[in-house]
Amino acid sequence: MSEVKLATRDAYGQALAELGAINPKLIVMDADLAAATKTGVFAKAYPDRFFDAGIAEQNLVGVAAGLSAVGYTVFASSFAMFAAGRAFEQIRNSLGYPRLSVNIGATHAGISVGEDGASHQCCEDIALMRTIPGMTVINPADDVEARAAVFAAAELPTPCYLRFGRLAVPRVNREDYKFELGKAVTLREGNDMTIIATGLMVAEALAAAAALDSEGISAAVLNIHTIKPLDEEAVLAAAAKTGLLVTAEEHSIIGGLGSAVAELVSEKSPCRVLRVGVRDKFGRSGPALEMLRRYGLDAKTIAETVRQAVSK
Amino acid sequence: MENTIKQQLKATALRARLAALEGVWRAKSGHPGGSLSAADILAYLYFRQMNINPQEPQWEARDRFVLSKGHAAPGLYAVLALRGYFPVENLATLRHPDSMLQGHPNMHLTPGVDMSTGSLGQGISAAVGMALGAKIGSEPWRVYTLLGDGELQEGQVWEAAMFAAAKGLDNLTVIVDNNNLQIDGTIAEVNSPYPIAEKFRAFGWHVIEVNGHCFDELEEAFAESKTITDKPVCIVAKTVKGKGISFMENNVGWHGSAPNDEQYNQAVAELKAALKEVEG
Repeated sequence: MSEVKLATRDAYGQALAELGAINPKLIVMDADLAAATKTGVFAKAYPDRFFDAGIAEQNLVGVAAGLSAVGYTVFASSFAMFAAGRAFEQIRNSLGYPRLSVNIGATHAGISVGEDGASHQCCEDIALMRTIPGMTVINPADDVEARAAVFAAAELPTPCYLRFGRLAVPRVNREDYKFELGKAVTLREGNDMTIIATGLMVAEALAAAAALDSEGISAAVLNIHTIKPLDEEAVLAAAAKTGLLVTAEEHSIIGGLGSAVAELVSEKSPCRVLRVGVRDKFGRSGPALEMLRRYGLDAKTIAETVRQAVSK
Repeated sequence: MENTIKQQLKATALRARLAALEGVWRAKSGHPGGSLSAADILAYLYFRQMNINPQEPQWEARDRFVLSKGHAAPGLYAVLALRGYFPVENLATLRHPDSMLQGHPNMHLTPGVDMSTGSLGQGISAAVGMALGAKIGSEPWRVYTLLGDGELQEGQVWEAAMFAAAKGLDNLTVIVDNNNLQIDGTIAEVNSPYPIAEKFRAFGWHVIEVNGHCFDELEEAFAESKTITDKPVCIVAKTVKGKGISFMENNVGWHGSAPNDEQYNQAVAELKAALKEVEG
């Protein structure tokens, strides 16, 4: 892991500004959170191609749909809670059903929103988004991956949900890293079990694997940046090779990466799957790192989950 | 408006009513009431107002139409077929699983449909997005969207109304099919959106009130809508739900139910009699 620490939302804003120079048909929209979601970086560079819907997420998605229907490449942003949550049905019916290629750039996902508390800590968005037919769902692990995901999403002919975080997170990928939509990335080889992680939990998974290694447990780490379509081949290979999977996500254990992996494995290659994530709870106000620890979203919890599973 | 043109529009709207009703009757489900109240407006738009080319449904410079009250799909499909977007025979397949004519409009299945709709309140936002797109690209085409009056109870409609006015989208015309009825009763009884014209005015729109079954008034209103600058236009069209069929008119029960054979035959007889009168 490198020393660089950047929030994926920062990479998102930078990538949009870069894309703006390449793609004259790129339009970016926000719902009164441009400074926080970092679409403001694009707005500053291309004020004529930025539109603020105000605090009206349903209309934000609908207008984005209309712009897409007449040929624009659109990124529409808000916090995950209000994009995937409040505007769920607009995303389902105005983007998903008509297959309009709008990209929802949802920032401030998960518990690491921190002090704003439970009303703003969305741990249900992956579950909501991945049930929509044809929806691509991406949850980048670091700034390098976030930037690459934005460029990939801009080329997609179908709707895409991009999940970004507020918190600065360590870089787990090399700068020359090649992002492939729908392809899992093996960040560490191992024989005893595999940690399958997404988003900021990828760095925690690597730390957990290092700790386990010193105890004689050889853990592989698989980074799933694209939750849908899931890289089934990689997940099934990990199940077959190591026989034990622990998923790790900054999301509810209901409906997210853990569910996606368990659904697949239970049908095609049964093996034990343990899920690290938010355990059917609402969050609390507090510093992000403290909240991540409090809800078991850290290397310690992953390692402990692995130890218990291996000892049985 | 020239008399011959008016007679043609009347005949077209009656044929659209016949076709819409046949589809609903065959499917044994669908929404006749709101299709019939909107039939004259839809006929006017597609046969007189909009700059379109049925031979090239995806023509980039066409005017766009979004049926925000998507449940009036039988009415829209009938007008699209009569206009030549697809064979009239297809109307008999309404609501069949493999049909191009789904229960609510789908932009990928039906030629001439510019946006998939059905969930109320969402179509107007898409229309606003299209109008914004036309502005960004300095395109001359216009966007039309038809809303139900009950649909005005959706909060998203007012989010869209606020945004369209704030952006000065004078290339957008919203038509409200004010037939006064929704599933649970009159719109005033259920949750009154009245006064509709005043609400849109307060949101910064140019508002025109018309009789939605009078082609002269529709002609005047749409002509006026094109002259307005810096503001979107809302045409509040007073209509009769179930218009054209005696036992369906102003009867809330016909919002979303199909006629049986006997009712269908009576409705056809009434519409055919009216058609004969128009065509002489």
